[in-house]
Amino acid sequence: MSKTFRLDGREIPFEAGQTIMDAVLAAGGYIPHLCHNPEFAPHGSCRVCLVAIGGRQVSACTAPASEGLEVESDSEAIQATRRAILQMLFVEGNHVCPACEKSGACQLQAVAYYTGMLAPHFTHFFPHRSVDASHPDFIIDFNRCILCELCVRASRDQDGKRVFAISGRGLDSHLAIDSPSGRLGDSSFAAGDKAAHVCPTGAILPKHRGYETPIGARLYDREPISVVGDVRAHEEEVA
Amino acid sequence: MTTQLETARHPETLRRVCIEPLTRVEGHGKVTLLLDEDNHVKQARLHIVEFRGFEKFIQGRPYWELPVVVQRLCGICPVSHHLAAAKACDRLIGVARLTPTAEKVRRLMHLGQTLQSHALHFFHLSSPDLLFGVDDAVAHRNIVGVIQDHPEIARQGILLRKYGQEVIRITSGKRVHGTGALPGGVNKNVSTEERDLLLADIDRIVAWAEQAVQLIKRMILTSPESHYRFASVDANTLSLVAADGAFEIYDGGLRARDPQGGAIFDHADAQGYAELLREEIKPWSYMKFPFIAALGPEHGWYRVGPLARVNNCDRFTTPLAEQERQDFAAAGEGRPLQAALTTHWARLIELLHCTEAIRELLADPDLQGTDLRLEGDLGSLGIGVVEAPRGTLFHHYEVDPDGLVTRANLIVSTTNNNQAMNEAIRRVAADDLDGHELSEPLLNRIEVAIRAYDPCLSCATHALGKMPLELELLDAEGRRVAAIRRHADGLIDR
Ligand code: SF4
Ligand code: FES
Repeated sequence: MSKTFRLDGREIPFEAGQTIMDAVLAAGGYIPHLCHNPEFAPHGSCRVCLVAIGGRQVSACTAPASEGLEVESDSEAIQATRRAILQMLFVEGNHVCPACEKSGACQLQAVAYYTGMLAPHFTHFFPHRSVDASHPDFIIDFNRCILCELCVRASRDQDGKRVFAISGRGLDSHLAIDSPSGRLGDSSFAAGDKAAHVCPTGAILPKHRGYETPIGARLYDREPISVVGDVRAHEEEVA
Repeated sequence: MTTQLETARHPETLRRVCIEPLTRVEGHGKVTLLLDEDNHVKQARLHIVEFRGFEKFIQGRPYWELPVVVQRLCGICPVSHHLAAAKACDRLIGVARLTPTAEKVRRLMHLGQTLQSHALHFFHLSSPDLLFGVDDAVAHRNIVGVIQDHPEIARQGILLRKYGQEVIRITSGKRVHGTGALPGGVNKNVSTEERDLLLADIDRIVAWAEQAVQLIKRMILTSPESHYRFASVDANTLSLVAADGAFEIYDGGLRARDPQGGAIFDHADAQGYAELLREEIKPWSYMKFPFIAALGPEHGWYRVGPLARVNNCDRFTTPLAEQERQDFAAAGEGRPLQAALTTHWARLIELLHCTEAIRELLADPDLQGTDLRLEGDLGSLGIGVVEAPRGTLFHHYEVDPDGLVTRANLIVSTTNNNQAMNEAIRRVAADDLDGHELSEPLLNRIEVAIRAYDPCLSCATHALGKMPLELELLDAEGRRVAAIRRHADGLIDR
């Protein structure tokens, strides 16, 4: 008989060493997440996976599961906090969903819908950020980067390359590319890299294409992210 | 009579009448009438605050985003921008000819767009003027009045528009701001279920469109004198035509004719538009004034849109529309019709053609083809031209070797019509306002003339919103001596 905790009243079994996120995803449940990807070590930076345990708020992707916990995730109070976090993410960058190639299959957009965040609320920063299209196969649109560090981790831990790093502090934090010019085309990045396929937003995308899936047939057009899960998992299946 | 108006000897001492902003035009406009001491109209200007920021905004963006991004220019005819940009992108990647399925799906989308835009314009924005006359009470002269007095016409108008929107939804995924066209093709075909959905209603739609043409023909032909005279200006015309001279809105060559119908140029390659047309800047307007290069800025201005297209084409490919075109051409007695309100007639003939052409296309099995897209090699220049509902629309992009936009130039339909609209206002002002005291019905006639051009001011200016009408009368020193304000609820104060 495995050990269990409860998520919004539902029994979730877990094994020793699992986080709350691991156990919930393994049990077919859902806690929203952006910087978390089960293939990589937890990062705990985006905070949208926030849950409450006995009135204390923790990030589910880093909090270890333990016997008998009462975890609250789908409550209005928690969703409201997540919405505020997402609203800050949206105004910090330039996320123009209606024009974005990733729209309809974007984890950021889907998580926003899941929490009921439909408008940005805060004042837009409108930061000046560029598009790096120097690589023959991929572009990076820095406007859409949420600094989740998944590409950083993928390049370092799986590709063994360290193409990406986060540089600067606080508001100046930004994604930096390890190449003499600072441009992707001059780095060792390749289309087959894991780092090319982990971005939860539309920041790292294949070049010369977009909008190929008709509206209505895109992943999150049909079902919410809480049902179909991360877009990356689906792309792996297709590939 | 109208030509001398801009040549007032001392324009600085003229009084100004402002009509601001225009009602029932998509966006914000302002009309200034410059009067002399005797209340004679000496100048008329339509001010449009054009926001050229869009061309800047897309600099540095990847070219493949253009068809989806630029359609945000306009909430009424986004499909035209979507397709003009997609055609420019085809050229950018060196695809001059699409697969039959891709071209036909795009054509269907464009027909749906033209149908819905024309239906919206006629039934919602202009039928009140025509059904009730331009001097009808403002509170009644609107779509609500049409619904009350002519419920069947109003219902058909709404359903025609809805049908056009359905065509757009099926071809682009959404009724407004879909995807659909991609560089080199499209992202979906039309399934047999989708085709059958559209086929179910099409015969009724064609019949309603035909009734609409009969309605306007009756209205115009019962008092041809006033309709042919009102806001009539002799203009050059510009439009696309098919290789055989037939009516064409998606592709083809450029044809320009003079006011008598004589050729200026014909079947000109749209890729060379910059050689044929130039744009002039005037100090009092943010919007550019394009003109036919060969004729120069003074004589080279032209009209685009339904009136230009129906005058310009040799024939329609669909039988009912062609029949109507012949009646239309006959009414001109050998000369192109030039009056503002005949634009509505031309618009509805086009609407009828769209419904017939949709019916023909739906029978074409190529719509169910699966060969959707061609690939090519990225070049540096792409130009795409379509006939938007309001007239010829030019998109011109240049990209760097990485595929990011370095330069963009868009000439939207309303900009093409800029000078023609000014001329129409002058004509009305000279005919109807000169020497009269200001009255609301008289000033409204100016709006009617402008509305005939269906200026997409939200498109040309990127400003949204309908606002109440304000008229003010300023004396020679610029002092306000009289004002009329019409609020959104129809209340008037002075
Ligand atoms: S580029 Fe994508 S994966 Fe990388 S840090 Fe930014 S959002 Fe995360
Ligand atoms: S998913 Fe847990 S903090 Fe980002």
